[in-house]
Amino acid sequence: MKKTVMTVDDSRTMRDMVSFTLRGAGYDVVEAADGQQAMSAIATRKVDLVITDLNMPVMDGLSLIRKLRAIPAHRTLPILMLTTEADDSKKAEGRAAGATGWIVKPFNPDKLVSVVQKVCG
Amino acid sequence: MSSSTAIAPVGGSRSASSGDGRTDLQALNNAGNGTEEQYVTFTVGAEEYGVNILAVREIRGWTPESRLPNLPDYVRGVINLRGIIIPIFDLRARFGGGMTQVTKRHVVVVMQVGERTRGILVDAISDILAIGPDAIKPPPDVDSGLIDAEYLSGLYTADDRMVTLLNVDKLFAGEHVDHEATPRAALPEQT
Amino acid sequence: MPVDDLSRFKQTYFDESAELLAVAEAGLLRLAPGGVDMDEVNAIFRAVHSIKGGGGAFGFGELVAFAHEFETVMDGVRNADIPVTTGLVDTLIRANDVLAQMLSYAADGTEAPAGTTDDTVAALRRFLGKADPAPGAAAPPPEPAALLPDDEDDEAGIFGDALAAIQAARDDRPAAALPGAIPDGKVRWTIVFRPKAELLLSGNEPTYMLRALRRLGEAEIVCHLDRLPSLRDLDAELLHLSWTVTLLADAGVDRARIDDVFEFVADDCDIRISAEAPPPAVIPPAEAVSANAAPANLPEPAAPTAAPAAPPAATTSSPSGPPPGGAKPKANGNGGDHAGPTTHTIRVDLDKIDRLVNMVGEMVITQAMIAEHLRDLPPGQFQELREGLEGLAQHTRELRESVMSIRAQPVSSVFSRMPRLVRECAAATGKEVMLVTSGETTEVDKTVVENLVDPLTHMIRNSIDHGLEGPDERERIGKPRAGTVHLSAAHRSGRIVIEVTDDGRGINRAKVLSKAIEKGLVQPGASLSDEEIDHLIFLPGFSTADQVSNLSGRGVGMDVVRRNISSLGGRIGVYSAPGEGSRFVLSLPLTLAVLDGMVISVGEERFVLPLTNIVESLRPKPADLHGLVNKCDVMMARGEYVRLVHLHRLFGIPRAIDDATRGLVVLVETEDGSRLGLVVDEVLGQQQVVIKSLEANFRRLDGVAAATILGDGRVALILDVAGLREMSRHSGTTTTAPTTTSALPALQDQADQRQRQPV
Repeated sequence: MKKTVMTVDDSRTMRDMVSFTLRGAGYDVVEAADGQQAMSAIATRKVDLVITDLNMPVMDGLSLIRKLRAIPAHRTLPILMLTTEADDSKKAEGRAAGATGWIVKPFNPDKLVSVVQKVCG
Repeated sequence: MSSSTAIAPVGGSRSASSGDGRTDLQALNNAGNGTEEQYVTFTVGAEEYGVNILAVREIRGWTPESRLPNLPDYVRGVINLRGIIIPIFDLRARFGGGMTQVTKRHVVVVMQVGERTRGILVDAISDILAIGPDAIKPPPDVDSGLIDAEYLSGLYTADDRMVTLLNVDKLFAGEHVDHEATPRAALPEQT
Repeated sequence: MPVDDLSRFKQTYFDESAELLAVAEAGLLRLAPGGVDMDEVNAIFRAVHSIKGGGGAFGFGELVAFAHEFETVMDGVRNADIPVTTGLVDTLIRANDVLAQMLSYAADGTEAPAGTTDDTVAALRRFLGKADPAPGAAAPPPEPAALLPDDEDDEAGIFGDALAAIQAARDDRPAAALPGAIPDGKVRWTIVFRPKAELLLSGNEPTYMLRALRRLGEAEIVCHLDRLPSLRDLDAELLHLSWTVTLLADAGVDRARIDDVFEFVADDCDIRISAEAPPPAVIPPAEAVSANAAPANLPEPAAPTAAPAAPPAATTSSPSGPPPGGAKPKANGNGGDHAGPTTHTIRVDLDKIDRLVNMVGEMVITQAMIAEHLRDLPPGQFQELREGLEGLAQHTRELRESVMSIRAQPVSSVFSRMPRLVRECAAATGKEVMLVTSGETTEVDKTVVENLVDPLTHMIRNSIDHGLEGPDERERIGKPRAGTVHLSAAHRSGRIVIEVTDDGRGINRAKVLSKAIEKGLVQPGASLSDEEIDHLIFLPGFSTADQVSNLSGRGVGMDVVRRNISSLGGRIGVYSAPGEGSRFVLSLPLTLAVLDGMVISVGEERFVLPLTNIVESLRPKPADLHGLVNKCDVMMARGEYVRLVHLHRLFGIPRAIDDATRGLVVLVETEDGSRLGLVVDEVLGQQQVVIKSLEANFRRLDGVAAATILGDGRVALILDVAGLREMSRHSGTTTTAPTTTSALPALQDQADQRQRQPV
């Protein structure tokens, strides 16, 4: 069965790229423009992986990660954060919030697919 | 379709007609200055009324309406305004003067109120007036049983004529309240 | 995947960047010393950040470098490190302009002239309190290498421990599969992986890491159970396993590739990695790392060459395999700017489709107008014109259908979300539930699909929570322990009908009625039919759960469902049998744009009846007509008594035909199958009409579904048959007991069905 990846990013370009790349690699992709949209979308459908940007309006990525982790059903859901910030403090913050891992922007499609495989097969 | 006639405002040399049957209100809009606001005035019988020109989208000749069932007579019906459907209200009937016997010379003032577009059937356009706020007199303290003063925004004297300025937001407000709140039907109608 | 594939996103990127620039500019123009709106500052930061992020993906190095400078200053403003001054704002606005220039160079595919950004970069850096570097030294792009995890620092330590680890691994189980000498060009890695118990809670899954290792070469994986607690102490959410992997990989597979597998868990795990190479060719992993990983954003050159050299790797199923492989030759072969893989789908902005739908609508009207004029011409002439118009009508219809099908989606996208919901509801209520779905491929307009989610969620929750019995109770009354909820979709009469059926206890009518009386929804002593009682659950504020449960008893209930459905032009009904279950039937229009209608006239007015409601039209003979208790006319049609409704009476239309034997009766049927005879003057003909909103500028009217514009430009109302039926009952021309009507004007549907019985 196809796995479903949710891409959460306020940038349409990013969402498009993530979607296109992952669809090409055989995943289903759902999109959300911010954390809140992501929360409501995930309530109604099964998602195998969440890839979220950190900087977003309404609900940012870290809040999204914390909110998801607070829900028992999503305690082991893989969540990757997208970040251009190379600094380790962001990664540490993300990990503390419960992120599974990170993808550093800009990424190339191969890298994206390989990271996705790494956490959700 | 052919009954959209060009209407030139009667007393207004500043008006412009775009030739397609609608008065070019953009041109009229540009004529104002200072704090004065422009009003389009029109007649219903012997009385003259005015509405703020900013609310007026166009003025068009009378076209036959399609009636709507089970509504007060001042809701004349709906017409097709270039693909959208707008209601037409009969101002004479609204003021208790009975339904207007329409002729080709009658005029519909198309107005934008909030999100909604609607037409008011009047006898004729009479003028475009620039009116400063000081020149507007408050409406007299009339018995609210006689006239619902809510929709009167003031009175203005032009030469020796009295022009009643209307608050278009209020004029037909009652006809726009949806009745959704009432749990009327177990199987609600299609909307 | 080749970089060319990205070009397809470039336009999106430039479009979006233009929007973002505008956002940033608007924000900057509002930015002033004193009252700094942090939301605004954040929005500007995000805009620049997004432009930078996208630019990086397309390799617009200079643009990214500049955006980085801009972003850094905005970040300072965001963190209140940099005070907002007029000078700052001026510089930021200038920076925004420069960013716009850089974007337009990038869009043109030209290099920005040297020094374009120098002054602005210098100005920006002044706010960071940095020394102004020599002009011309625009900041280099943020180092890609720096963005990658660094890994080769602690080799010595790892190697030291690894020897012990290898020993430990061999003690556990002698390596059998990959013994002996290492073949030339290969490296044998030994990886000891002891994750922390909490690993799973960060969403990491060791299986995938092991699988990833396997993709790198021939792997022998040994699992250690030494930390596994007794079953009683086992916490399923904790991880108690560890592994030793012996990996025989190509020399091209460097340490970084292996480290990469553990990228996210390195801090949470004890990982020891060691390598053995054949004696002559020792490949220092550290060097390989820096050489290969530095150009981080280029496609990994190692991947394609490694694949043929490592056959075992190809046998592991890898979802990434086909797309890059398939895409590459095509892209290289074409070499043009549209060199991406051939796709059979495109993404289109919904607005564009909506415009198309509107245009088709206008075309339908125009075509009707021509047809109308043609009717006025003398018959027998203009034959070609008539034939041409017929062809046009056909094409218009097909065009309309094609356009609508673009927007159509199968309901499976909604149905597929329900199993999870059912699982959760079942768990929350302690019930056993089996969900059966059918008709998932039924297609319906996208907007309708999207709006189905909430109502269906609610209905299913309701069925499980209120409808189904607990497993023990079911067993006691001889039902299977697991209840069944059946969700189905089908096209019927030009609408989509969705049913949610459960085999539970059915609606408890006594309870519903007493609750309704208690809440003042029904007058005590009112006599209601079973069906009327069932429909009480749709009244606002109605809830029958004894205790407010987690699921459906939150004060919002079926009334909300009904309102949502109604706002889509749909209806909902319920049929219930005590002890056997309930069936909720929901019907919705397939589209919200165009319908096939029959134009009828009454007096001087014309109306449109949806074709899907029409059974037939006929002129009754006097013998077919009967008065019913002097109040209502009924007509015998097809062996069934049908109630007659005079449209002109209902709508107060003057100068219309009252005698059904002189006019026409249009036999109509609503979605639930009940029939009605509409008395009209004339049937003018069949026509596609474009549905126009009456509510947009006016309001909803009883008995009227919407409006449309006929060929002569006049407006005609589209009738709502179910609404007419209901109106006619209120107008006193009905046999329904008036007491019921006043007690409960809402619930008349089944009353009507009773009336259909011969009297």
